[in-house]
Amino acid sequence: MARAAVRGRLSWALGDVVELIDETRRVRSIVLDVPDWPGHRAGQHVDVRLTAEDGYQAQRSYSIASAPDDARLAITVESLPDGEVSSYLVGELRVGDKLELRGPIGGYFVWDPDRTEPLFLVAGGSGVVPLMSMIRERHAIGATVPTKLLFSSRARDDVIYRDELEQLASAGDGFEVIHTLTRMQPDGWTGYARRVDTQMLSEVAWPASEMPASFVCGPTPFVEAVASALVSLGHPAPAIKTERFGPTGG
Amino acid sequence: MDDRALMVDGNALAGELSEVFSQEMTMARVACGGCGAVEQLGADHAYIQAPGMVLRCLHCDQVLLVMTRTGDRLRVSLTGTRWMDL
Repeated sequence: MARAAVRGRLSWALGDVVELIDETRRVRSIVLDVPDWPGHRAGQHVDVRLTAEDGYQAQRSYSIASAPDDARLAITVESLPDGEVSSYLVGELRVGDKLELRGPIGGYFVWDPDRTEPLFLVAGGSGVVPLMSMIRERHAIGATVPTKLLFSSRARDDVIYRDELEQLASAGDGFEVIHTLTRMQPDGWTGYARRVDTQMLSEVAWPASEMPASFVCGPTPFVEAVASALVSLGHPAPAIKTERFGPTGG
Repeated sequence: MDDRALMVDGNALAGELSEVFSQEMTMARVACGGCGAVEQLGADHAYIQAPGMVLRCLHCDQVLLVMTRTGDRLRVSLTGTRWMDL
């Protein structure tokens, strides 16, 4: 596969917003048509820049949600209470608008589909976005590496990509989703109902002896807790790739 | 707020770095000028809420790289980095 990440300096480009998908109450996917998009690798992100009429600019990074093989580029954005960029993207952006972006960016938090290690993906809230790109690519190319997603959400209604994840997990190609709902659980819920901890990881993660590749993405305190717990369970630090959002997530 | 909660990964600097370097930089190996540890840039710690962007060593917290934008100028300081291997 071509290494799309290795090339000349990046510049800003304009994408056309072609579809908006409400994933949850506060989370929306933005599907873009970007002329001359060079392609991306699963796990990469883009920088989005908004410019106000007075010239004021604000810039944020958002993970790419679509698979490299998808026809269009999608990012998924969570609206944060004081997020000047995210609240615009989730609340005010319309189909037909243009969005300024730069990318694809990053080569570190990337899954190479030629790798054969079992995959262990751990997401806190909208940390699922770059992992979804990996899951979608894995499915799109027919890869069968055993893959688990441990996904921490506040409540069932906050589970991003809930239906699609269920469908993918029922495909019988070695992909499994384990949810934990930390704040509110539906009646009859038998799954995990607490924050991800060492005990949970010891039950869910592939054993270190199977040499899994782990990708952990979410708010900084979440990623810190999961990564150090995995190390305590014997996973070597270089096999644990992390992407932290900062204090708020998204 | 605890400063550590503001921490992100070197990955977050990749977009700004792409304006300076022609190669993807999160895979570059960076040797810390303080403790000598060598890590991929994407694995080191970053702070992007300051007026500039700061990359710190994962092991000893030494400041490896600072990028500050003033108007249309971008200043890059690499004082804390011993070497980079791209």
